[in-house]
Amino acid sequence: MKTYNNRAWFLILPVLLCVAFSAILPLMTVVNYSVQDILSPTQSVFVGTEWFKTVMRDADLHGALGRQLVFSLAVLIVQIPLGILIALCMPAGGWRASLALVLIALPLLIPWNVVGTIWQIFGRGDIGLMGYTLNSLGMNYNYNGNSFDAWMTVLVMDIWHWTPLVALLCYAGLRAIPDAYYQAARIDGASRFAVFRFIQLPKMRNVLMIAVLLRFMDSFMIYTEPFVLTGGGPGNATTFLSQYLTQKAVGQFDLGPAAAFSLIYFLIILLFCFVLYTWMQRVGTGDAT
Amino acid sequence: MARIDLIDLGHAYRPNPATPGDYALQPMTKTWDDGGAYALLGPSGCGKTTLLNIISGLVKPSHGRVLFDGKDVTTLPTEARNIAQVFQFPVIYDTMTVYDNLAFPLRNRGWKEREARVRVEQVAAMLELSGDLKHRASGLSVDAKQKISLGRGLVRPDVAAVLFDEPLTVIDPHLKWLLRRKLKEIHHELKLSLIYVTHDQVEALTFADQVVVMTQGEVVQTGSAQALFEEPAHTFVGYFIGNPGMNLLPCTVRDGAAWIGGHALALSGAAKAALAGAAGNVTLGVRPEFVECVADAGTGADTVPATVLLVRNMGTHFLAEFRLGEQRVAAKLRTIDAAAGSTVHLRFPQQRTLYYVNDHRVA
Repeated sequence: MKTYNNRAWFLILPVLLCVAFSAILPLMTVVNYSVQDILSPTQSVFVGTEWFKTVMRDADLHGALGRQLVFSLAVLIVQIPLGILIALCMPAGGWRASLALVLIALPLLIPWNVVGTIWQIFGRGDIGLMGYTLNSLGMNYNYNGNSFDAWMTVLVMDIWHWTPLVALLCYAGLRAIPDAYYQAARIDGASRFAVFRFIQLPKMRNVLMIAVLLRFMDSFMIYTEPFVLTGGGPGNATTFLSQYLTQKAVGQFDLGPAAAFSLIYFLIILLFCFVLYTWMQRVGTGDAT
Repeated sequence: MARIDLIDLGHAYRPNPATPGDYALQPMTKTWDDGGAYALLGPSGCGKTTLLNIISGLVKPSHGRVLFDGKDVTTLPTEARNIAQVFQFPVIYDTMTVYDNLAFPLRNRGWKEREARVRVEQVAAMLELSGDLKHRASGLSVDAKQKISLGRGLVRPDVAAVLFDEPLTVIDPHLKWLLRRKLKEIHHELKLSLIYVTHDQVEALTFADQVVVMTQGEVVQTGSAQALFEEPAHTFVGYFIGNPGMNLLPCTVRDGAAWIGGHALALSGAAKAALAGAAGNVTLGVRPEFVECVADAGTGADTVPATVLLVRNMGTHFLAEFRLGEQRVAAKLRTIDAAAGSTVHLRFPQQRTLYYVNDHRVA
């Protein structure tokens, strides 16, 4: 006969409380808003799925989602290989390794809005080093007026800011490979590329998965840097999902549609992460067949 | 396959070694014959792995030269040396199948796929891996992974030698025994030169034709199992080989006899001559297997009185421990009828009693 002591459930009460206040209650508030039309603090009407339908048909949202996907894809395509390359080039030990680590980690220590400000000034045509140089070289560079320039600046800024994270993760993964693997590869006569392909890359699988997920989620939620740099412009060329949401919720105070979109946004991220995680797990263990 | 010569080879991890203590590997000159099965035996940290890594080129020696068939390869990197090495823990390429793992060393050296297949299948059959060839290597047990490592070491037929660095450490005892026998068979079949590093004397003695015993960075004896047992050239060999090891009794030489705890043992003519001019600490060595326990002292020339301390019945023999002066002597005896505390006479047969000066055998 098994004894059940249901008082044990009390042990998870603290966690439940924490999660309730930090996640569940705020989320429920959002759910609450998403199904009501709030006319004034005392007056609200239940509208069902009306806001969801409105938001899904919003052309601005489709634009922002498309830009967001292209941006996140570009971030991954550039930052992951670049991070791996940097990690491979970093010294393995000694003071050089420490120095390289500090130098590479520097961009990570800078707050988001400061990063935006730095690049805003850096890119200015009159006093910015990059803007002035590009213009002197005969390029008509202006991130405030030209959509392509604005895009490139936001992208390069993100690469500068976050590739170090990928590099550090890969570096940690590389250092964790026992020497015996490299020795065996030398005995087996493996080329430098074969060492990378068959030892380093497989052994970095786990950290790469973390890197891809982190970089995807972070870039998918990017807000501060483009907000400071371009304010979403020119036009809405660099308005990504977060900024679209903020404009709706805070700018126009459309709480209902903003809440409805928040939930959709949340589900999109959840879906992408799940798909990516499952896919990388499969690729890694070779059970894709 | 090739003969490997080590000439004045020594290694120190720090520059400018002055005393022997500065060397991880004492300078040595040594030849490993083509097609031989050698075991490199010694305690942990005695320099076995360093020596192995120098032969394979993973470590560059600070002194001396390495020759393969007379060709100096000291400065050649591992990949240019044509040598195979298997490590203590399995190293496999996770993303490849077992077949690709085994074929990897061949493909890297430009073998045609058809020839590689024949060779891989041959090696896989020897190691009983044939059924796993299509499987991915990462999902296998540690035993199977180590078999893949062994296979990668054996797959190239033209290597100068295959070096094993305690390859069976992670294998469970029964399979260990099978694999060791397998390696021996493979040695006969493929006629490869094998050097096998181990700290396990049983493993060394059963595997190799020639056992090289090392301690503190120095090769103290090379010989067959029988030679190591019957005529240890160094007190370390006497102590390390055998269970229990050799009885090593410090003694003084005076008046044509060896004196232990106030008792004299007559020296043979050869021993007398060898010890005549000897300066240093003299040690008498006799294996427990050769010590006899007699009731009657006889002439007294080769017996000494001793007190029985402990007798244990080991089933096949008795293991007895005696006190002789200040020292202890172990003996493996067929029978013993003396009880603990009684005094008996121990006979050290002259031809089985060896003498060491400063740890090196002189007679």
